[in-house]
Amino acid sequence: MWYYEKKLQYPVKVSICNPKLAKYLIEQYGGADGELAAALRYLNQRYTIPDKVIGLLNDIGTEEFAHLEMIATMVYKLTKDTTPEQLKAAGLGEHYVNHDKALFYENAGGVPFTATYIQAKGDPIADLYEDIAAEEKARATYQWIIDLSDDPFLNESLSFLREREIVHSQRFREAVEILKEERDKKKYF
Amino acid sequence: MDKQNPLPKSYYDQLEAIQVVDFALVELNLYLDTHPNDLNALKQFNSLTKQSLELKQKFEAQFGPLMHFGRSFSEYPWRWKDAPWPWQV
Repeated sequence: MWYYEKKLQYPVKVSICNPKLAKYLIEQYGGADGELAAALRYLNQRYTIPDKVIGLLNDIGTEEFAHLEMIATMVYKLTKDTTPEQLKAAGLGEHYVNHDKALFYENAGGVPFTATYIQAKGDPIADLYEDIAAEEKARATYQWIIDLSDDPFLNESLSFLREREIVHSQRFREAVEILKEERDKKKYF
Repeated sequence: MDKQNPLPKSYYDQLEAIQVVDFALVELNLYLDTHPNDLNALKQFNSLTKQSLELKQKFEAQFGPLMHFGRSFSEYPWRWKDAPWPWQV
């Protein structure tokens, strides 16, 4: 089971209301390479991955939920004091008529989240390579959002999340090597 | 957070001290998942676990429980459900 802790993994501060930036950030909330997809992908894969790397999948999957909460906090803080007019000007008019200011699992283009973003092949190497790719894609997305953002406080939290993608990718690469080593041990000549 | 009742600076300072230690713990945990025989990392992990526990006990005595489901003690009345939640501070 899981326990909730009443704190963010890393502080989230924003300078001013900025619904346009919130719209971009939603990509990491409900997008193909976002934090929800990451958490669900790893926690689902752990059942059929070899024992040696279950712990890693479990722990990175859990950390992704802390990242999802950070993104949600950013979106909430960037939009909570906005007017409908401001949301409309930021391209969130369609979001407003459907959801008011509620968060919704969708990407920056407003496409709802779908389970088809997540693969589960049952082949450990294929699954871990997908995980490495997912981390690298998420890292790139964070970079593109930072490039578009002019909020120095927000960028500090986004840089933290970008660095986490690098560390996760590194750990998944090590997991591949651990499995290869296991596989080679089983060979006899 | 309620504008009439802003949180003291010590709330943010203590919370940040916890976030610093807990971040190192997450990082060491993932590292140990793929390097289980690194004794030095393991020692750091155990030492920081103790440090985290101490920081949280101090924080909780002032600002209420950080965790639910029996992972934190609660004084009377029940405070777990009270604001602020992490996205409100």
